[in-house]
Amino acid sequence: MWFVDHAWLVPLIPALSFAIILLFGKRFPRGGSEVGILAVSASFVLACGTALQWINHVQNAKGSEPSVDPVIHSVTWFQNAGVKLTAGIDIDGLAVVVMFVVTLVSLLVHIYSTEYMRGDIRYTYFFACLSLFTASMLLLVVADNTLEMLIGWELVGLCSFMLIGHWWEEKPNSDAALKAFLTTRTGDIGLLTGVIMTFFIIQRSFGVGSFDIQQLHQAAAASSSPAVAHALGIQSPGHTIVLWCAAALMLAIVGKSGQFALHTWLPDAMAGPTPVSALIHAATMVVAGVFLGARLYPVFFHGFSIGDGTANPMAVIGGITVIIGAALAFVQDDIKKVLAYSTISQLGYMVMALGVGAWTAAIFHLFTHAFFKADLFLGAGSVSHSGSHHSFDMKKDMGGLKKYMPQTYWTFLIGTLALAGIFPFAGFWSKDEILVNAGHNNYVAFVVVGLVGALMTAAYMTRCIYLTFFGEYRGGHGHEHHAGDDSDILPADHAHEPHESNGIILGPLWVLTFMAVVVGFLNFPHFSKFEKWFQPSSPESFKGILHAVAFNPILAAVSFTVAVLGIVIAWAFYAGKLHALHDLSERNKVAHAGKTFLVNKYYLDYLYENIIVAAIKGPIAAGAYWFNQHVIDNVLNYTGRGARVVGRFTYDYIDQKGVDGVVNGIATVTGEAGGEARKIQTGRLQFYALMLVAAVLVFAVILWIAT
Amino acid sequence: MGVENVFFGIIAAAMALGALGVVRTKNIVHAALYLVVVLAGGAAQFILLGQEFVAWVQVLVYIGAVIVLFLFGIMLTRAPMHPKESLDNDLKWPGAVVSLFLAGVLGGLLVKTYHATKVNVVAPIRTNQITNSIFTTYIIPFEVVGVLLLGALIGAVVLARRD
Amino acid sequence: MLLNQFLLLGAFLFCTGIYGVLTRKHTVLVLMSIELMLAAVNINLVAFGAFHNDPTGQVFALFVLTIAAAEVGIGLAIVLLIYRNLHSADLDDVDVMKG
Repeated sequence: MWFVDHAWLVPLIPALSFAIILLFGKRFPRGGSEVGILAVSASFVLACGTALQWINHVQNAKGSEPSVDPVIHSVTWFQNAGVKLTAGIDIDGLAVVVMFVVTLVSLLVHIYSTEYMRGDIRYTYFFACLSLFTASMLLLVVADNTLEMLIGWELVGLCSFMLIGHWWEEKPNSDAALKAFLTTRTGDIGLLTGVIMTFFIIQRSFGVGSFDIQQLHQAAAASSSPAVAHALGIQSPGHTIVLWCAAALMLAIVGKSGQFALHTWLPDAMAGPTPVSALIHAATMVVAGVFLGARLYPVFFHGFSIGDGTANPMAVIGGITVIIGAALAFVQDDIKKVLAYSTISQLGYMVMALGVGAWTAAIFHLFTHAFFKADLFLGAGSVSHSGSHHSFDMKKDMGGLKKYMPQTYWTFLIGTLALAGIFPFAGFWSKDEILVNAGHNNYVAFVVVGLVGALMTAAYMTRCIYLTFFGEYRGGHGHEHHAGDDSDILPADHAHEPHESNGIILGPLWVLTFMAVVVGFLNFPHFSKFEKWFQPSSPESFKGILHAVAFNPILAAVSFTVAVLGIVIAWAFYAGKLHALHDLSERNKVAHAGKTFLVNKYYLDYLYENIIVAAIKGPIAAGAYWFNQHVIDNVLNYTGRGARVVGRFTYDYIDQKGVDGVVNGIATVTGEAGGEARKIQTGRLQFYALMLVAAVLVFAVILWIAT
Repeated sequence: MGVENVFFGIIAAAMALGALGVVRTKNIVHAALYLVVVLAGGAAQFILLGQEFVAWVQVLVYIGAVIVLFLFGIMLTRAPMHPKESLDNDLKWPGAVVSLFLAGVLGGLLVKTYHATKVNVVAPIRTNQITNSIFTTYIIPFEVVGVLLLGALIGAVVLARRD
Repeated sequence: MLLNQFLLLGAFLFCTGIYGVLTRKHTVLVLMSIELMLAAVNINLVAFGAFHNDPTGQVFALFVLTIAAAEVGIGLAIVLLIYRNLHSADLDDVDVMKG
């Protein structure tokens, strides 16, 4: 299994390409993009090879319920007192799937960017960042221990920051980059805490702490019941720490995957170039959170007690995210923001799926979503590049583009149908699987949430398509016939009418469209290859978590109907007979209030920026400064002064008077004694004679008495 | 036996008074004369003990030469010839105490040791016994004393000459 | 005659001599006191000589006598020198070694 064993090449090659592009990129004829594309192609080939070998490996496993252990290779880079820190790869079905997705989408985005970013002032740097991002995401995916995952996670956050703020000359872009970084950073508090807790969970179970993921699975499984712990041969770490770890990691997921409360950065991240949005904020980086949840699933499953039908934070947050993301997508004028909120909503689906115990469904949805969402984003990019003069505003600059950009229209349409969950496209199968699992595991409320979300998804995407491709073109193509008009503001080719994009842009679009059509069939009922090939089956740690759920035709039909209903309603509102409802928000106060609430994104941004951050920046910071200056510095000053006083006292009294007094006193006493003693030396002979005689007398008496 | 004791007593009293006179008189010349009394008494005691040779040598040398030497010294140092207030320094009382104490110690020691040992003067010792003793047994001290006298003579001359 | 009476006489003279040495101001008087002491020693020697019927007592008394004479000679020479330098023969004035 050469590809699987050498899967560490997959992140390494883009990392090397990052270094090469950064150092030598400008010297290449195409500004370094060739290096990037070459590297990512190599990684894609390796990832395909790995996938094929893994599938082969799984097919060859013996037995009816075969257990296929992940392939792990690691090196110890630091050890102390029995604790080993390793760096390595852990290849199982999940890693293979996500590797495939990341490399394919990254490759397509690379190709797309050569046309989209042509003439950009930081073209080389852009490709360097794309390579670094690919390498980091792949590092996160193949990691065999939580510490390595942490490194990959942080690096992708860094790349996101760099790429969102690619055109940082304009303040809104750099603000958006900062907002993305800081908001995900808030979630990273949870990640760091969680990773540290994983160390201690393993320490409690195995006696020696480590960050190894397989050990973490076993330790989490051991926490569920003593029988399991005994079977695995380790101690139970106790349910509490697993719960806290799951909660901390949940915070990380909320931040990175744009779940409710920390989702505010994702729409603003659309300030970055569209290929970036497609790669990072649709297909790959934002799913890092979902990937974390799937990778460390036993922690969540046993920590939150998923599977017994009660609500848990994961499912609830996921469910809320589904609804609010979809609601906000209705009031956006910017096409990319619609897609961003759609991404938030779909991520909510994935997290909700994990929360109801539908592991395979979540990953399958991740897999399909990457393709059709990337398709949609790149389609939006194509529209703006060639159709709306680099604008993304649907109401102002788009409309009726169907006749100008037919291929873009078809790829966008198929992507939309896949997203909405229309049979036979990919989204139908993956969304349906989530609903089926939710129902099977007795999470009925979340089935309802999923259906409502499906309705809303279909509706807002119909709105989006209508505003972009139907109706009259609002882009005002009349005025660019005036030569040299605002040609210095916008890049080169805007002076044309809207037209179809060239092959470099369309190629990736068609590939993704193809995937959006086809991949759904991987999990066709009774064919269920996705499940078979990629579901983790290492027995002890995932036992009881994953079980195959049969296809439920009734539920499938219901979800299909709901989706169609959404399309029909939206179409009727915009294009059809429901004109009476147009501008309802202008006429009706309640509707207006509702719309204002939505337009202001539930005032969450207001809450975060003007209340929380302002409070910290204003009074809290001032208070902290006051405390520092007056209390802490005063403690120091008074300590210093006190030390000086003590020092002066010691000098004056103890040293000068005391010690010196003693020393001087000794000298004085000696002197005085000497002065007195020298009086014996009178210089007078007879005095000496007297002393002599007296002494002799004394001796004589003593001798006389002694004898 | 009895007569000797009487004579001894008279001479001893004279000597004692003389000694006290030497150390207490306010007149230097009188002190010298008191010393003569003491030395003469000493010579008399020698004769009582039958040691005639040393008695005469004492009279000759001591009284004859040494006292004269003293008188010369008194004269040459212009000592006050008439009685002065006191010729004592301020160590009078400590000196008295020490001397009395010493006397007590010596006296006690002597009485304790010799109780009532008698001296029997059989016959006076002849001169030739003395000279025999000097020139045979004690020849070396004799010579040494001779050299010492020589040295003293030269020394005195050296010390006292004016230059 | 008791031996003791001579010895006690000698002791008395000796102590008187010591008193004189310690007490007298004039140097010549100190020398005279020394003579007193030497006389006392002589009496002791001669008394013991007579007691043992041995000329050795006398012999040593002779030696003492000789030395006393020599010593008086030197002593007076020194007194003269002192007088010449200090214009006084008081022993109290000879205190160069004071301190």
